[in-house]
This record gives sequence, C-alpha cells and structure tokens, in this order.
Amino acid sequence: MNAVANIELPQPAREPAADAHVTSATDPHIKVVARSVNVFYGDKHALKDVSIDVPERSVTAFIGPSGCGKSTFLRCINRMNDTIPIARVSGRIEIEGQDIYDSSLDVVQLRARVGMVFQKPNPFPKSVYENIAYGPRIHGLARNKGELDEIVVTSLKRAGLFEEVKDRLGDSGTGLSGGQQQRLCIARAIAVNPDVILMDEPCSALDPIATARIEELMDELRENFTMIIVTHSMQQAARVSQRTAFFHLGVLVESGPTEKIFTNPDDQRTQDYITGRFG
Amino acid sequence: MNLIFLAGLALLVAVGFLFGRSRANVAAQSEAMHSRPVYHGAFVAIAVLVPMVLVLALGVPAGNHIVETQALGGFAPSLVDDSLKRSALLRDIIAVVNGQYSGNPTPALQRAADTYASMRAFANTLVLGTGLVFGLLGLAYGLRAVSVRFRARTQVERFVKVVLAVAASVAVLTTIGIVFSVLFETVRFFERVSPLEFLFGLHWSPQTAIRADQAGSSGAFGIVPLVTGTLLITTIAMLIAGPIGLFAAIYLAEYATPRFRSWAKPILEILAGIPTVVLGFFAALSLAPWLRESGGILGLDVASESALAAGVVMGMMVIPFVSSLSDDVINAVPQSLRDGSYAMGATKSETVKKVVLPAAFAGIVSAFMLAISRAVGETMIVVMAAGLAANLTFNPLEAVTTFTVQIKTILVGDQEFDSAKTLSAFALGFVLFFFTLTLNVIALQIVKRYREQYD
Ligand SMILES: Nc1ncnc2c1ncn2[C@@H]1O[C@H](COP(=O)(O)OP(=O)(O)OP(=O)(O)O)[C@@H](O)[C@H]1O
Ligand SMILES: [Mg+2]
Repeated sequence: MNAVANIELPQPAREPAADAHVTSATDPHIKVVARSVNVFYGDKHALKDVSIDVPERSVTAFIGPSGCGKSTFLRCINRMNDTIPIARVSGRIEIEGQDIYDSSLDVVQLRARVGMVFQKPNPFPKSVYENIAYGPRIHGLARNKGELDEIVVTSLKRAGLFEEVKDRLGDSGTGLSGGQQQRLCIARAIAVNPDVILMDEPCSALDPIATARIEELMDELRENFTMIIVTHSMQQAARVSQRTAFFHLGVLVESGPTEKIFTNPDDQRTQDYITGRFG
Repeated sequence: MNLIFLAGLALLVAVGFLFGRSRANVAAQSEAMHSRPVYHGAFVAIAVLVPMVLVLALGVPAGNHIVETQALGGFAPSLVDDSLKRSALLRDIIAVVNGQYSGNPTPALQRAADTYASMRAFANTLVLGTGLVFGLLGLAYGLRAVSVRFRARTQVERFVKVVLAVAASVAVLTTIGIVFSVLFETVRFFERVSPLEFLFGLHWSPQTAIRADQAGSSGAFGIVPLVTGTLLITTIAMLIAGPIGLFAAIYLAEYATPRFRSWAKPILEILAGIPTVVLGFFAALSLAPWLRESGGILGLDVASESALAAGVVMGMMVIPFVSSLSDDVINAVPQSLRDGSYAMGATKSETVKKVVLPAAFAGIVSAFMLAISRAVGETMIVVMAAGLAANLTFNPLEAVTTFTVQIKTILVGDQEFDSAKTLSAFALGFVLFFFTLTLNVIALQIVKRYREQYD
C-alpha cells in the first residue's frame, strides 16, 4: 500500500446506519459498541453488517478463516481504515458512548486512546528507547527526561522485553529478532497508556515461550485495559479471552463468552470452524 | 573493410551457434548431457567470437602502424619524428589517396600516397584473412568440444563473467586515466606556480605575458576568490533548491493525490531537462536586471552580474534533482511504518517529520549531494549571470566567478599549450574534482553512520 495517496487522512464516506441510534451504551461495562458496520474496499464488500458489544477490562478474541474481515473490523475501531484510500466505512462505532466516526471527533486523540499492534511487527528505524518514547513525546506525557525514562522502562517491563534489551536501549529497534520486535511494538502501544488495545495476531511470529509471555501480558493488561485480539490459534483464544467472536466471509457469525463459543456454539458454522472442519 | 569483417564475424558466430546447438541436440538423444544444447551453441559461438575479435583488435592498429611507417618511409626523419608534422603529413597523404587534396601533390607525396594505398589494401586483406582463419579454427575447436560430458554451461558462465569484469575495468580505468592525465598537467603547473600561492593566494588573474616585453601582466594564480565564488553560488542555489525540493517531494509523496502526482512529477522533471544555456540567459536577461532594479529601489547596489542571480537560477535548476530523488526515497519508506505512527496517534506532519524523513534520510542526503555536485559543476548559468570577475567577496550582490567558469575561459581561445595560464585550468579541474570527491566521501560517511545506527 502506498500512502502517497491521501491528503490529510480523508474521512471515509459514511452512510447513516438504519439503526444508528439503537446503541446499547446503557451498560457501563461495555467499552466498544458497533452497530451495522459495513466496510467496502472499492466495490468489494469486506465486512457485512457487523454489530458487537465489547466489554471493558477483558480480552475479546476475533477468530475466523483468513480473509474473513477480522483485521478490517479491527482497523475500524481506531479508524486506521482512513489511511486506505479505497476503504469506505458505514455504520456506527462508539467507544464509551462516543461515536468515533463523528465528524467532530479528533482522529489523533482517538488513536491515542485506542492503541494497535499490527499483524507484522513494524518498529520504527530508531533506537529501542526512541521507539517507546515516540508516543509519549508526541502526546506530551512526560514532563522531563526522568519521567520519559520511567515510561520507557515500565512499558518494556510490561511487554516482557526489558531484561533482553536493557543493555541496548540505544540500539536500533529493527535489529531485534522478530519476536522481540513484536514485543517492542506492544510496549510502544502501551506506553501511551491507551484505554483499548487492538492486537492483530500478535503472536504469529513468536515461539511458544514468547507467546506464553505475551499471553501472560494480556492477562495482566486486562486488569486495566480493554483488549481485542485477532488470532488464528483456537487454543490461544480459549486461553486468554473472555469473549470470542467468530467471523466468516465478512459476517460476524456469532459472539459470546469464550467458553460457550468453544463448547456449545449456536451456529453450525462456528461448530465446524472450531472443530477444524473448515477454515 | 571493417564492415566485411564484422559481417563475416556475425555470420560465423551465427553458424557456430546453430551448428553447436544442433550437434548437441543430436548428442542429447543418446545420453543425458551435462549442459543444455543452447549452452553448447553459445560455447561454439564464443569460440568463434573471441579469436576473431582479438584479431581485429590487434590487427587493425598493427596494420595502421605498418602502413604509416611504410608510407612515411620516403620522408626525412626530421619530418617524421615530430609528432605534429607527422600527423600533418599523414593527413595530406590520406587526402591524396581519397582525391581530396587541394592543389597538386609533390612527387614525394604522390609516391607516399601510392605506397599508402597499396599497403592499406594489403593490410586489410591480411587482417580479414587472418580473422576468418582464426574464426574457422575456433569453430572447429568449439564443434569438436561438443560432447555429452563437456561442461559448456560452466564455460559460458565464465565467459559472461569475463565480459562483465572487462566492462567494469574499462569504467574504472577510464576514471583513473582521466584523473592521472589531469594530475600530470597539474604537476606541470605546480612546477611554475607554487602550490601555496595557488591554494592560498587571494588574487586570480591568469593573464601571463604572452610576449616577453609585455609589462604588467605577470598573472596571479590564487584560487581563494574562486573558492568563495563557487561556495557562494552553490550555497545560494542549495538554500533555494534544498527546502523547495524537499518540501515539494514531501508534498508529492505524502499529501498529493495520485492523480496530481502523476502529472506534477513529470513536469518537475522537465525542469531538469531545460538546457542550462536557456536558464543562463533567463538569469542574465530577466532575473539579473530585475534584481538590480529592485535592489536599486531598496537602496542596494546590485551589480548587473551577481552571484545572487546565478545562484537563484541554479537553485531552480537543481530543484528537480532534490525533489525527484527525495520523492522516490520517501515513497520507498514502507507504509507499515506510517501506519505504526498513525496508530500511536501521531498526526500526518509528525509522522512525516519523525518517522518518514528519518527513514528516508540516507536517500535524501544522496539527493542533496547529487544536487550540490551539479551546482558546483555548472558552468553556463554562471558564465552568463555571475560574470568573470574574480572578486573575493561574500556579498551575493556582487559579481563573482567559479572554478568551472575560469576553466572554460582559460581554455576557450588560442593558448600556448604549456603556459602557466593554460595549465592552471588543469589544476583548477583537479581541485574541483578533489572537492566533489570529498563531498561524496562525506556523504557516504553520513549515510553509513546513519545506516549502522538505524538499519
Ligand atoms: N487494503 C485493502 N484493499 C483491498 N481489499 C482489502 C484490503 N484489506 C483487506 N482487503 C480485503 O478484505 C477482506 C478481509 O481482509 P482482512 O485483512 O480483514 O482479513 P483477515 O480476516 O484479517 O484475514 P487474515 O486472517 O488472513 O489476516 C479480504 O478479502 C481482503 O482481500
Ligand atoms: Mg488479518
């Protein structure tokens, strides 16, 4: 993808959803509410009428076969689809009752609140320290060098990377191993202290040990943050998430408590997927 | 003659290839071959090509030498040994042979021309014959080599490697050759003028006395005014081209719609294609008078030829070098880095400033270096807009001159070849070369340091 394209992060055209006002922000524990979200890439209808409630301080897992729209939906939640010129989003997404596609909303603030870890690790070509300090600097979270150091160290520790890199904070982030890079990206995302963290297959490049560490981290982060993760590993979804949503061909087939989805799903397609009959 | 030779060469090579291949095809039917038939064909073709090209490359100059010595044999050694007179004689002989000699040739000349013509015909036939014989020998050798086990592919690969290595060495040797010839003349110059005076002298006026009795024109060869002039103009140019080119590149790469970019970029590149003479007279005839007038209004004394006019126009000239290359490197920065930055809540300009530009830094430095080298080496604009006066000044409103302009001025017109004045052009060229080389080395160092840090 080439970013040349867009002037000033164009706002994707949106059409008012039929039931735009039927939001269930009534439950104070619901962090993210999506209603009738549709996404088009040009003519391709990639996400069809997705509605879901994501509770706060919990991990919600998105599962489903490749190409079913998990990443697409994830990108809707922090409006990263804005950077794709051909993407068009309609429907309504609210975070704590605030419509994030409202024209008065500041995308920059939204993204500071809704952090994202990408499917492929993408550390900046800067030092490890600078990678983490990037967000706090932009948002003015540290008043002095001491505070910044503090943020960097805490974030690295929480991402389980500190011990490995504490002697080379000045080395380039791109020089780390793939798994370390992924954890660096996680540390970078939590450094700005977001409310919601979106993780797109954060463990796809990791060995079992690093994966276990990240899963531990998710468990720990869940106490303060709302987490949404995309994963291809059913075991991982079962291990770390409280709720699971199953996507298929752009449709949200079923969502509910993880236990229920994995033991007693309502839909036959979910049943087939979790038992490995397709996907 | 050479045409016949080349035609024969092409024919034999083609024949060699086809025969080699078909022979290998036949052999391949009975047993699995080491190399595919095309490689056998190519090997035979090479076996023909190499000896024939060698014969041509050695035979032609050798033939020329023999023909010339024979033709000049009847003349006095005093004529033949002097290289200037010798080549004049040869020109006359060839003119007579071609029937283009004006006037009646002397008997001696006529005789030489006859010898020349007959020797020439003989040499040509000899080269052609030898070439064909060697080609046929090569053909026979190549065809005999075709066999199931013969490693034609390995041989062909080796040939390819040799050809590439030769090309590389030609490039390198040419550079070395040029450097040395300039260096040689520079040393001769320094036999007349001390290097200290040259490098640190504050006056440049290379008018040496042409006749011994001329007075007051001893010549001064201090290059400091040229250094300051060159630096002044280059600085002005880069002050203009640097920001404008870089900002244009950022706009094109990050903000513009693909449609705007698709026609704006080629237009920018056309700017690079405008002949510098045209830019030069724009500078001299439009910009300089305008600067002079507006300077006059402000109460400034602007010379009619000024460093400012030349620098501004030169800046315009190098904008495309900065912008086009920077645009390319900015575009090469992976989108995932931008996404990472946006996802942290960075704005577009923060992303550009803190992620995209640092990631593209190495490329942008090279773009600037290319632009600076162009500006330093530019002659025409300066000749027309900045003048020839070697003023030692940092005032952009005065006339200055540069290395390139002085080289051009010195070498245009009739010169005694080994006067200090003429030789000084080589010394200037050498300093200029050294200067750009230093620039390049510095740029490489910057890029390398940066890469080590960030890759
Ligand atoms: N930038 C884009 N431009 C065009 N089409 C896209 C783009 N991104 C995704 N799509 C299409 O949208 C559909 C959903 O893609 P998405 O990336 O959301 O799938 P996914 O569920 O994340 O798959 P995976 O598990 O392989 O990552 C796919 O058919 C894909 O081809
Ligand atoms: Mg995906």
